[in-house]
Amino acid sequence: MNRFLLPLGVFVLLAAVLAIGIKHSPDKGIIASPLLGKPAPQFALPNLTDPAHVVRSSDLKGRWYLFNVWGTWCGECRAEHDMLLQVHQAAVVPLIGLDWKDDDAQALAWLQQLGNPYESVAADRAGRTAIDWGVYGAPETFLVNPQGVVVYKHVGALTYQTWTREILPRVSRTTPAGS
Amino acid sequence: MLPEFGHFALILALLLAALQAFFGIAGPALRRDRWIAAVIPAVTGQAVMVATAVACLIAAFVGFDFSVAYVAQNSNTSLPLFYRVAALWGAHEGSLLLWIMLLALWSVAVAIGARNLPRHFGARVLGVLGVVSFGFLLFTLATSNPFLRLDPAAADGNDLNPILQDPGLVVHPPILYTGYVGFAVAFAFAGAAMLEGRLDQHWARWTRPWTTAAWCFLSCGIALGSFWAYYELGWGGFWFWDPVENSSFMPWLVGTALVHSLAATDKRGLFKSWTLLLAILAFSFSMLGTFLVRSGVLVSVHSFAADPARGIFILAFLILMVGGSLALYAWRAPLLKSSAGFELGARESFLLFNNVLLVIAAATVFAGTLAPLISDSLKLGTLSVGPPYFNPTFMVSMLPLLALLSVGIHANWKRGRLEDSQRTLLYTFVVAAVLGCGLAFGVYSHGKVLTPVAATLGFWIVLSSLVDPIDRWRRGMSVSRAVLGMTVAHIGLATAVIGLTTVQSFTVEEDLALSAGGTANVGGYEFRFLGVKPVDGPNYSAVGGTVVVTQHGAPVGVFEPQKRQYWVKHTVKSETAIKIHHGSNILLALGDDLGGGRWSVRVQIRPLVSFVWLAALIMAIGGALAASDRRYRTARVTSEGSEGLSARQAG
Repeated sequence: MNRFLLPLGVFVLLAAVLAIGIKHSPDKGIIASPLLGKPAPQFALPNLTDPAHVVRSSDLKGRWYLFNVWGTWCGECRAEHDMLLQVHQAAVVPLIGLDWKDDDAQALAWLQQLGNPYESVAADRAGRTAIDWGVYGAPETFLVNPQGVVVYKHVGALTYQTWTREILPRVSRTTPAGS
Repeated sequence: MLPEFGHFALILALLLAALQAFFGIAGPALRRDRWIAAVIPAVTGQAVMVATAVACLIAAFVGFDFSVAYVAQNSNTSLPLFYRVAALWGAHEGSLLLWIMLLALWSVAVAIGARNLPRHFGARVLGVLGVVSFGFLLFTLATSNPFLRLDPAAADGNDLNPILQDPGLVVHPPILYTGYVGFAVAFAFAGAAMLEGRLDQHWARWTRPWTTAAWCFLSCGIALGSFWAYYELGWGGFWFWDPVENSSFMPWLVGTALVHSLAATDKRGLFKSWTLLLAILAFSFSMLGTFLVRSGVLVSVHSFAADPARGIFILAFLILMVGGSLALYAWRAPLLKSSAGFELGARESFLLFNNVLLVIAAATVFAGTLAPLISDSLKLGTLSVGPPYFNPTFMVSMLPLLALLSVGIHANWKRGRLEDSQRTLLYTFVVAAVLGCGLAFGVYSHGKVLTPVAATLGFWIVLSSLVDPIDRWRRGMSVSRAVLGMTVAHIGLATAVIGLTTVQSFTVEEDLALSAGGTANVGGYEFRFLGVKPVDGPNYSAVGGTVVVTQHGAPVGVFEPQKRQYWVKHTVKSETAIKIHHGSNILLALGDDLGGGRWSVRVQIRPLVSFVWLAALIMAIGGALAASDRRYRTARVTSEGSEGLSARQAG
């Protein structure tokens, strides 16, 4: 056998491993967030639609929720909005919005114009909560379980596929139907 | 308009890269002179177009154009100009653009240098570079376009990732990438030689300065990254064997082997097929690093925004480039014959050992980096590989390498007459052993088994490297830059060895319990704790401790470590205080309130840690000296075919 073929052979094996590795990576979460499996960062921020009240992470314990990071300056968020309205209509899991580094008036106008899919929206004007959550760019969506642990993270606009394949199975596995 | 213009420039660059690749490879193969003549304009045009694209993106950052998604995601109206420009490479898309621009700059440099090369060969080198450039441009345009618009435009941006708002970001990626990309040149020379089906000693001489230059940049880039993590990010260490760090270290190890193997090919026409393989491998590791970092198959502390679609593209590109070049290698390498022989004690043997050991080191790092991925793919469970694996396995190949280095530099080419330098070697070894043991048992007191061994080897390299140059200098003979560079680089390596040995063996870590006014002694320093006071931060409240450090009564400094409570996250973060004193890094962290006015204070003293980064700088200076040696500049070949295996280099 030609010994000069050896490097090629080793490389073919390696490429196969990498190909398998990449096939597996999507179900690990596109970016395996360091938060996965860890308690969701706590926050207490003014409610966008009702500034007198505060949206508190501690009030959300005991039930599933989707934590969606958005902003009116983010184009992908507009594209994502229809999907969020569908999630809202499905009424399976509540959406908690994090309005990231945004102008309150613009954000309210956006919700009025496009419809409000959120149960409540926390206004993160300084962007500190987004840093705590390790947000790289909007939109990003986190699924948090009743124990307050982040179980899934989606980067970019939420898609129907992610909703049916990743989020619904996780929520319905532990919540009996109808509750 | 400007972002569209930039996008268009990038598309033009892609087309020009395709032309460069086609004319560069097909021209010499079909002997079309006009095609060959078109290669250099294509290189220049591509560089101009890429520079235009970069300028457009910088203009978007400087002018706060938040209608560009990448700008909106990575900058903000309050971000200073300095960071707005550096934000260009603050995330994935821009980093790729930087990669492409550096490749274009290397290509232009090669095109200028190619005037000294035979026409066909020069065209082929640029053709291979065109293929690489085409692949990365296509990748950027298809999956990572930095010029995508936001509709509607953002009022303000997201800001640059806070940990990247640091001067380290401004310099570390460009220098590291220059090194990474630089190995593309060695790869292109290897590709051209294989396309030509011929490799002579001139080939090695043309390739050497480019490879050494890339190696220098890579050395500096890796050290800067380590320095940044230690000082600015406060990760509490200087090397973590993290997949991203390993991805830059593997090309460095293979590149180091290549630099040495090229020396043997240049001087003696030996190891031709081996040198080719190393040239392919060094760049393959650079591309593999890109794949590992970008595709998200490995999770690391650096975790860049990753995307499987990008991963699949890079994997396909990797298979085409690396698989293609290795197939070409399997076909062409058997044609290359090295006729020259050498004896066991000759310098060639030592270079061979050097190569084998460095490749083994790279392979062990590679195995450790990929082991979690392999075990995951084969469903063997999740595996975590860390310093307990890397540190000992790396030592296994490094210690013999260091020992052989000191002997090898005294060996002659071809003949194994080490007897001539036996006495020099013995004397330097004895002095080194005294120094090494002195360091291990005298200056510091509680070493490990390998401490005196590694320290001795480090000192031996310094002494042994200096013997010949000093001897020549005393006899009034000139020392060529190549020899001087080699000596300096080897001393750099020795500096790293001494630094690493000292840090690994003599780092003192102690948790103290101190009440206000209390003192403690650790590692020869006295620590006087003055108590704590509250501190208010922008988004946290903290307690700040004050510790006065003295050594035998002489002041060293006042340390003010903090313990911060972040309001939003309700998490506690320790803010360490670091100072350097006589080469030792003293790090203080405030621990828990133990009650009764007593606090726990963690003390870490890392001696000579700065040597590790200094060493990389010394190595790079050595490399730069060697690459600028006269013999590389005078090697002008005018006509095709006049060079050949008959050309003998006396040296």
